[in-house]
Amino acid sequence: MEDMLFYDRLQFAFTITFHYLFPQLTMGLSLLIVFFKWKFLRTQEIKFNDAAKFWMRIFALNFSMGVVTGIPMEFQFGTNWAKFSELTGGIIGQTLAMEGMFSFFLESSFLGLFLFGEKLMGQKLHFLTGFLVFLGSWASGLFIIATHAWMQHPVGFEILENGKFVLTNFSALFSNPWLWPSYIHNQLASLITASFVVAAVGAFYILNKKHGESGKLFVKTGVIFGLVASVLVAFPTGDWAAKNVVKHQPITFAAMEGIFETEDGGSEIVLIGQPDMENKKLDNKIAVPNILSFLTYQKWDAQIKGLNEFDEKDYPTNIPGLYYAYHIMVGLGTIFMALLAIAAIQLWRKKLYQTKWVLWALLFMVPFPYIANTAGWYTAELGRQPWLVYDLLRTADGASPTVSAGNTLFTLLGFVGLYLLLGLLFLMLVAKIVKKGPETVKH
Amino acid sequence: MELFWYIVLMGMLAMYVVLDGYDFGAGIIHLFCAKTEKDKKAITSAIGPFWDANEVWLIASGGVLFFAFPTLYASSFSGFYLPLMMILWLLIFRAIGLELRGQVHNKLWETIWDKAFGIASLLLALFFGVALGNVVRGVNLGMVENGISAYEGHYFFLPLWNSTFSPTAEHLGVIDWFTVLLGLVGVVALSIHGANWIIFKTNSDMNLRLKRIVFRLNFVQLLLVIISLMVWHVIEPKPFHNFIETWWLWIFPITTFIGLFGLFYVKKFKKDGSGFMFSTLFLLGGFATTVASIFPNVLPSTNSLNPSLTIYNVAADAYGLSIGVNWFVIALILVIIYMIVQYRIFKGKMDEVGYGEH
Ligand code: HDD
Ligand code: HEM
Ligand code: HEM
Repeated sequence: MEDMLFYDRLQFAFTITFHYLFPQLTMGLSLLIVFFKWKFLRTQEIKFNDAAKFWMRIFALNFSMGVVTGIPMEFQFGTNWAKFSELTGGIIGQTLAMEGMFSFFLESSFLGLFLFGEKLMGQKLHFLTGFLVFLGSWASGLFIIATHAWMQHPVGFEILENGKFVLTNFSALFSNPWLWPSYIHNQLASLITASFVVAAVGAFYILNKKHGESGKLFVKTGVIFGLVASVLVAFPTGDWAAKNVVKHQPITFAAMEGIFETEDGGSEIVLIGQPDMENKKLDNKIAVPNILSFLTYQKWDAQIKGLNEFDEKDYPTNIPGLYYAYHIMVGLGTIFMALLAIAAIQLWRKKLYQTKWVLWALLFMVPFPYIANTAGWYTAELGRQPWLVYDLLRTADGASPTVSAGNTLFTLLGFVGLYLLLGLLFLMLVAKIVKKGPETVKH
Repeated sequence: MELFWYIVLMGMLAMYVVLDGYDFGAGIIHLFCAKTEKDKKAITSAIGPFWDANEVWLIASGGVLFFAFPTLYASSFSGFYLPLMMILWLLIFRAIGLELRGQVHNKLWETIWDKAFGIASLLLALFFGVALGNVVRGVNLGMVENGISAYEGHYFFLPLWNSTFSPTAEHLGVIDWFTVLLGLVGVVALSIHGANWIIFKTNSDMNLRLKRIVFRLNFVQLLLVIISLMVWHVIEPKPFHNFIETWWLWIFPITTFIGLFGLFYVKKFKKDGSGFMFSTLFLLGGFATTVASIFPNVLPSTNSLNPSLTIYNVAADAYGLSIGVNWFVIALILVIIYMIVQYRIFKGKMDEVGYGEH
C-alpha cells in the first residue's frame, strides 16, 4: 500500500512536471506570436511576419508535445487516483470537461488553420486564427487552474454520507478566492518563460552574428515583455498567492517560509538556510527581521504562526522540499527582475545589442524560468500535502484500490523512457529550427 | 439527466470513432499500401490538419465521462489500467510519427517515423476494438472469488490476458478470442474507412488501387460481422433482448448493413465522398448497435454478487448534471461552428497542403 502510493505519486509528479514544461511555453508564446502578427498588420513590415512564422514553427512542435503529454494527465486521474475521481468527479470533472469542450477544441481546430491556412485565408483572418489559438490556450490554463484551486481550497460543495463530494454551487468554482490570483500569477510566469526563450534565441543570433536583425527584435520583445511580467509576477500576484496561503493553509505557509517557532515581536524573512527536521530549526540561516510580518500583514510586529503550533500529522509531508521549492521560485524571480531591468536600461540607452555580457546572461538564463515554474508548482503541490482536497481528503485515501505497485512502477518506467526520447527529439528539432533562422521561413 | 449525458457521451465517442477512425485507417493504409513518397505525402496531407482536433473528441469524451459518470470513470480507468497506458503510449507514437517525420529530410529518419505512425495506428485500431469487446463482455466487478468480493463492488483489475484466452473464464483478461475478434473488426473497418477518406480528400494515384482494396476488404468485413453476430451468444445469452423490446433500435443495425452493402459499390461511385459516407454509416451503426445491446448497462458484471454498472448507479449528482447542460450546449454549438469553419477552409482535395513540412 505504501509502495503503491509512492509510485502513484512519483508517476503523477513525473508526468505532470514533464507536461507542464510545454504548456508554459505554449501559453506565453501564443501571446507573443499574436503580438508579432499584430505588429505586422499595423506596420506591414515583413520582419514581424517572419518573426511570427518563425515562432509558429517552434510553437507547433511545442504544442504537439503538450498534447501528447497532456492526454496521459487526463487519464491518470482515473487510472491512478480512482478513489479521488469517484468521490470528487462530479466537481472537478466539471472543470476538466469544460476545458476539453471549450479550450482544446478551440486550440486544435484553429491551430491547423493557423499553421497551414495563411495563403488560403489572407492576413486578417490569419491573425484571427492566431488569436483564437491564444485564447484557447489561456482558457485551458484557466480551467485547469480552477480545478487545482478547488483542490487547494474547496468551495461550493457538500459531502454526502457515502463520502462523495457533490456540487451545490457552480459559480463558486469560478469565484473561488484561490483561483484568480493563482491564474494570473501562473499566466505571468508562463509569459516569463516565453520571453526568456524569445530573448535567448535573439541573443544567440546577435552573438553568433547571424540573423542579427531578427535577433534584435527578439531580444527587445523578450526583454520588455519579460520585465513587465516578472515585476507583476512578484507584486501584486505573488503577494496575493502568498496571502491566500497564510489565510487558508497557515501550516503550509509556516513550512514554506521555514518558520519553526512563532515569534512574538514579528517574523523575520529567511533568505538562506537549510531546514533541519530532526532538531526543528534552520541551519546556516540568513534572515532579515520583521520583514515577513510586514509583507504578510503590513504590520511590522504581526504574529505569524510557526510549525510548533500545529499537529504533526497535518504537517506537509516534505517540508524541506516545500521550503526549497518556494525559495527557488522567489529567488529566481528576484534574479529575473534584476537581469531584465539591467537589460531594459541598456535597451533604453541603445546599448543592449553591444553589451555582450547581458546577451550571454540572457542566453544562459533559458532553463531558469522553467525551473522557477516547476518550483512554483512544487510549492503548491507539496504545500497541499498530506491532502488531496485540502483538509478533507487525504492523498492516501485517493489512490486506485486495485492497481498494484508493480504495475504502476512498470508504467512509470515506460513513461520515463518514452519522455526521455521525446525530450531529446524535441531539443534536437528546436535546435534545428533555430539554426535555420527566421528569414528562411518564407515558402 | 443520466440518459441525456449517456446520449451525449456515446454521441461524442461515436464522433471520435468516425473522425479519428479515418486517421487510424489512413495510418494502416500508409503502413501497407503507400509505396511512393507521393502516396505518403497524399496520406499525411489528407489527415494532417485534422488529426489533432479529431483526437480532442477522445479527450473531451474523457472529460464528460469523468464529470457525468465519475464512478464509471474511476472503475474502468483503474480496472483497464494496463491497456489504457498502452493506448496512451501508442497515441504518443502516432502523434510524434506524424509530426516529426517531415522535420528532417533523411531516409532513415523518415522510415522510422513512418513505421511508428503506421504501426501505432494499426495497434490502436485493434485496441479500440478490443476495448469495445471488453465492455460488451463485462468484467469481474469487485474481483469476486469463492463468493467473496475482494474490493468494493465497482472496482476490478484486468491483466492483459489469462492463459486460456477464453471470454467465459473465471479470471478474465483484456485479450481473449472474443475481444480479439472485435479488434479485428476494428482494424478492417477502420482500414476501409481510412481508405475512403484518402479517396475523398486526395487525387492521388492510389485512389483506384484503394477502391479495389476497399472492395476486397469489405468481404472480409462482412464475414467478420457475421461471425461476431453468431458468437455474441457466448457472452450474452439474449443479445437482442433490447431490440426485441424497443423496435426503433433496429435503426442501428439497419444503418450498419446499409453502410456495409453500400461499400460493395465502391468502384461505381461517381462522387469521391460516397465511400466515406457508407463507411461512416457502418461505423456509427455498428457502434450504436453494440452499446444499445447492453443498455442501460455500461459495464456488465460477470458475477452474480455485484450488480452491473448502469448509467444510473455511476452518475454524478443531479445538480451538477443539470447545470452542466447549460455550458455543454454552448460549447457544443461553438464546436460545431469550429468544425464548419475548419472543413470549409480545407474543403476539397488536400494534396497540396504539404503537412509536416517545414
Ligand atoms: C517564473 C515563474 C515564477 C516566479 C518568478 C514566481 N512564481 Fe510563484 N508560482 C509560479 C511561478 C512563479 C507558478 C508555477 O505559476 C505557481 C504554481 C501554482 C500557481 O498557480 O502558480 C506559483 C505559485 C506560487 C505560490 C503558491 C500558491 C499555492 O500554494 O497554490 C506562492 C505563494 C507564490 N507563487 C508566490 C510567489 C512570489 C512571492 C514570487 C516573488 C518573486 C513568485 N511567486 C515568483
Ligand atoms: C493545475 C493542474 C494540476 C492538478 C489538478 C494537479 C493535481 C494533482 C494530483 C491529483 C496529484 C496527485 C496526488 C498527490 O500526490 O497530491 C498531484 C501531485 C503532484 N503534482 Fe499536481 N496537479 C496540477 C498541476 C501540477 C503541475 C503543473 C506540477 C509541476 C510542474 C505539479 C506537480 C505535482 C507534484 C510534484 C505532485 C506530487 C506531490 C506529492 O505527491 O508529494 N502539479 N497533483
Ligand atoms: C493534471 C492536470 C492536467 C491535465 C489533466 C491536463 C490535460 C491536458 C491535455 C489532455 C492536453 C492536450 C490537449 C489537446 O489535445 O489540445 C493538455 C494540453 C495543455 N495543457 Fe494541460 N493538463 C494538466 C496540467 C496543465 C497545467 C497545470 C496547465 C497550465 C496552467 C496546462 C495547460 C495546458 C495547455 C495550455 C495545453 C494546450 C497547449 C499545449 O498542448 O501545449 N495543463 N493538457
